[in-house]
Amino acid sequence: MGIRFDGVTVAYDGTVVLDALDLTVAPGEVMALLGPSGSGKTTALRAVAGFVRPASGRVFLGDRDVTDLPPHRRGIGMVVQSYALFPHLRVEDNVAFGLKARRVPRAEIRTRVAEALDLTGMAAHARRHPRELSGGQQQRVAIARALAVRPDVLLLDEPLSALDARLRSGMLTELARLHRELPDVTMLYVTHDQVEALTLADRIAVMDRARLQACGTPRELYRAPADAFTASFVGGANLLPVTVDGKGARFAGTHVELDTTAAAAGARATLCVRPHLVGVGDGPNRLTGTLAEIQWRGATHRLYVDVGGHQVMADVRELREPPGLGDAVTLHFAPEDAVLLPAGVGDE
Amino acid sequence: MSEAVAAVRPRRGRPRGLPRPSTALLWALPPTALLAVVFLYPLALVVRQSVHPDTGGTSLQPYADVLASGAFREALWTTVWLALASTAGCLVLGFALALVIAFVPFPGARAVSRFVDVFLSFPSFLITLALVFVYGTAGLANGLWTDLTGAAEGPFRFLTTPWGVLLAEITYFTPFVMRPLLAAFSQLDTAQVEVAGSLGARAPMIVRRVILPEALPALAAGGSLVLVLCLNEFGIVLFTGAKDVTTLPMLVYGKAILESDYPGACVVAVVNVLISVGLYGLYRVVSRRAGA
Repeated sequence: MGIRFDGVTVAYDGTVVLDALDLTVAPGEVMALLGPSGSGKTTALRAVAGFVRPASGRVFLGDRDVTDLPPHRRGIGMVVQSYALFPHLRVEDNVAFGLKARRVPRAEIRTRVAEALDLTGMAAHARRHPRELSGGQQQRVAIARALAVRPDVLLLDEPLSALDARLRSGMLTELARLHRELPDVTMLYVTHDQVEALTLADRIAVMDRARLQACGTPRELYRAPADAFTASFVGGANLLPVTVDGKGARFAGTHVELDTTAAAAGARATLCVRPHLVGVGDGPNRLTGTLAEIQWRGATHRLYVDVGGHQVMADVRELREPPGLGDAVTLHFAPEDAVLLPAGVGDE
Repeated sequence: MSEAVAAVRPRRGRPRGLPRPSTALLWALPPTALLAVVFLYPLALVVRQSVHPDTGGTSLQPYADVLASGAFREALWTTVWLALASTAGCLVLGFALALVIAFVPFPGARAVSRFVDVFLSFPSFLITLALVFVYGTAGLANGLWTDLTGAAEGPFRFLTTPWGVLLAEITYFTPFVMRPLLAAFSQLDTAQVEVAGSLGARAPMIVRRVILPEALPALAAGGSLVLVLCLNEFGIVLFTGAKDVTTLPMLVYGKAILESDYPGACVVAVVNVLISVGLYGLYRVVSRRAGA
């Protein structure tokens, strides 16, 4: 069962927190809603769950308009950042909660609880209370609880944000495995972490300031972002103001080659190139500047180079003899690694 | 350097910052003495008086007399059932009202919550007096009835019966249950309520299986407080003017002030204290078992 937002607007006390969202999630698809806090992504999820009522627009689950349905009649599973396990219930009773609410026969409850706990690797902890579990284990129980009701749609609201980095990466693998084992479950995954979105999602909807900025596969958004916000939020990017000329563009007095079929000659535009696609030394599209800052990041060095008053970032393999601050540095990038974005956005 | 090492080296004997045992005892002396003078000594006097009948000597005769009297047994029964019924009423009403204030968004919920705090500071007789103005023989409700129907008397006469006392006690003590409940509800993760809803639970199930279990310690705290306060309530019973409603505190007052039977009054007082302390002890045992 898919999810469809049809011009959904949500406002609190006159402040619009979600602005006319149009978005379709296909059945069985994992859609990540990615954006900074206050971008409206959680509000969109809450509109699907039924916890906020849109001021206008409709929400559909499959063909069913659920806009006016209370949460308990929507038939969804939900996992939240704080786990929200019921502290006085044992793990098995937490998982059985939704089944009891739906008046599933007792014998079936037992098998489905066991099934859900097996699926999340928590079968050995069925008799424990939530307080006796680690954060990662509690989140597994929360996922088991949501899956036990066999929802067509699973909503995940920053499910890994409360976990430390190592656990988070483990849980990401687990979630990917779960999705492979339950290919029919549609997942709406709210996160501010681009790694989670890139790893897990079939498609990513990038949100900013209550609006949908871009939507596409992780590869599309990464390789060819449609706007500066998407470029910088998904993966990080150099956004450089350029003027389009004959076979490329001029940046800080230097001619650079790139595909300019989308722009007219003489137009102002923004050149977007990922820092890890910028190399040090000679090559195509040479840029020369002075080193303003250098950071050692273990396997890589991040260089901040001042090129004609603009900062260009380059992530390069750890340098044996890194340049000193103020040294002249030559950078380069391949024409096919650069993308031209609409003008002005890079000045932000 | 050597100073720093000396500072972190553990000293033998008593830990740093704590006074010597003898000094600690000295500190404990003033509050203990104060407690003994203002509380324990008068209590001892009451107990002493209860075993000194007017005929002289020391005897348990006052206890035999009082415990055998029908008036005492009736007062004991009235006190206990009124306290238990009031507590039950306060728990039910307080839980329902606190639920609405905490979970049903309505304009003015904060103001109502503040008013609960103010209500706690009102004296008990004030509420009773207000009820007398509304439901008393010459009160608002009866006045309206007589004006409308031309009858000589209104139908509202329950205020001077045990039901009037019950109503007044529930009205006055309900906020004592609501306060700890509202505090407990504010600690509850609202995501739990939302997740329960998304799992298919309707409001009654959410209240029963998610909210109530987490509110139990607060209910126990508020309920036991109300129970003890109701057992010892004097002002409300006096101000409703319910002549036939005699509770233990009223009996103490009657025996001491009206009958000048001090040993008898002290016996009733001792029984009243024992019931309060006993119930408090029971509450501690039960709440510890419940892990509250």
